[in-house]
Amino acid sequence: MATVSDTSTPRSSASRLRTMRPILRRLRSRPLVIAAMGVLVLFVILAVAAPIVAPYDPIGLISGAVMRPPSWEFLFGTDELGRDVLSRVIHGARISLQIGVITISIALVLGTMVGIAAGFYGGVIDGALMAVMEILLAFPQILLAMAILAMLGPSLKNAMIAVGLSAVPVYARTARGTTLSVRAMDYVEAARAVGAGDGRILVRHVLPNMISPVVVLATAGVGIAILIAAGLSYLGLGAQPPTPEWGAMLSESRAYLRNAWWMATFPGLAITLVVVSLNLCGDWLRDLLDPRLRK
Amino acid sequence: MRAFLLRRLLLLVPTVLGVTLATFLMLHLTPGDPVTIMLGEFASASDVARLRTELGLDRPLPVQYVKFLGRVLRADLGSSIRSRRPVAEEIRERLPPTLQLALAAQVIAVAVGIPAGVTAATARRPAVDSAVVAVTLVGLSMPTFWSGLLLILFFSLTLGWLPITESEGLRALILPAVTLAAPAGAVLARVTRASVLEVLRQDYVRTARAKGVAETLVIYRHALRNALIPVLTVAALQFAGLVAGAVIVESVFARPGLGRLAVNAILSRDFPLAQGIVLVVASMYVFVNVGVDLVYGVLDPRIRYR
Repeated sequence: MATVSDTSTPRSSASRLRTMRPILRRLRSRPLVIAAMGVLVLFVILAVAAPIVAPYDPIGLISGAVMRPPSWEFLFGTDELGRDVLSRVIHGARISLQIGVITISIALVLGTMVGIAAGFYGGVIDGALMAVMEILLAFPQILLAMAILAMLGPSLKNAMIAVGLSAVPVYARTARGTTLSVRAMDYVEAARAVGAGDGRILVRHVLPNMISPVVVLATAGVGIAILIAAGLSYLGLGAQPPTPEWGAMLSESRAYLRNAWWMATFPGLAITLVVVSLNLCGDWLRDLLDPRLRK
Repeated sequence: MRAFLLRRLLLLVPTVLGVTLATFLMLHLTPGDPVTIMLGEFASASDVARLRTELGLDRPLPVQYVKFLGRVLRADLGSSIRSRRPVAEEIRERLPPTLQLALAAQVIAVAVGIPAGVTAATARRPAVDSAVVAVTLVGLSMPTFWSGLLLILFFSLTLGWLPITESEGLRALILPAVTLAAPAGAVLARVTRASVLEVLRQDYVRTARAKGVAETLVIYRHALRNALIPVLTVAALQFAGLVAGAVIVESVFARPGLGRLAVNAILSRDFPLAQGIVLVVASMYVFVNVGVDLVYGVLDPRIRYR
């Protein structure tokens, strides 16, 4: 097994490089997509380096600096308790990154497992799994997330789990569809003919060939997941104070809208910037992999 | 045609059963004991036993489900743990303002989104197309709990045009409806644009153009008619999503409605109330879906034979 993966690694990385080149060339004509990627990289850096980059403690109160408007001292102003809004927005990037990674991992892993199992084995397994997925698809995603949250109880961790689980049916449906088409391929039959078992066929042949539409879905899904999770926090069902989560910050800002516009402006700007960038990249990736949509 | 209608309506049965089953199981798939969660750890043993009997948790699961179904059919959704009032009554009270908001948002989304999409697809200057696409991107990406706050900040607090404290009347509906409509309108504009572009590539459009039909006539008589069918489907499907999305907008504008009821139900771990709301919204979603399918079949005969 080890020797097989060893010999295949250089080959696949070389072929990956070959497929990357036209993609990069096409990227050059899409400056907005490059900018979006830049924004995302910036936010990831901010998220990772938050404790170093943030000028103040995100939950520490600065005495004598309550609801200060933006100034050189506090670029984004301070909130009703005297906390630096910029520092809180920077730490919020950390939480949103976490939300994005965790929710999409849940949706991607579970959705792919369900979809592959249904598509590959067919029959009763397919019928049972997809019946459950169809039922769950009868719920709008935010409602499904709220229903799961009602079961687990409100908290940031549970909100992430709920948003991740609520996206599983969509991923499962896509994964099943692509698995069905891959299963019918000659190379799957060839692998079976030389005596490969189900596990080996699934991992070596089906998974790598069915995964790209699911990954495209995930790229677009990160933005939706971040929006829903932040919305749940806004409602008080996710992150709890004093956590510097963007949705929760906006919720706190509502009471001070009249006197402190900056509290409501910067966290919202951060979410929108991240989600716009994610959507731009998602659209681009989808167009790339689905040539029918090219104008 | 009758066979199509019948088949589609029959398919409704397993879906509705599935939705009730999923809602029913909410209580049973909850990690931990739902009765303890609802009453708190220090509840007296007699209270726990009483609630357990009231919810029927002491019976076998299939029996519980059949009882649950029977109650749902009689529009009995149990009683709220907190207010002790019938869940159906609470929902009936809170549903109208939410439906009103969702409906207003739907009207705005359709009235703005579809013309925007048509404009983008048929624009001669690429700048117009790009502008519409850019606006839809922002509309899709802006969280409603931020755009709502910005609208309040601008129109109510800065310009003083619209009220923020009132929750009754048409004037109080404008900002929340616009907020809720933004993402839906953006989706509609995108779907319309794609659909019109697709139709404009069809042979019958080329034929119409070749025989010298004026371009506006080609677009309005030949292209739009066909392009709008999928658009209307998406619009109708959005409606239940708008009802669910109203949860957040109601909270931003402090409007009474189903959303706040749902949030309170979740915060206070009121399972019967949460179940009732989930069941009502999900059923609406299912019925709207089927309704759309039926209308779709009537509008486009090709669908019926699939």
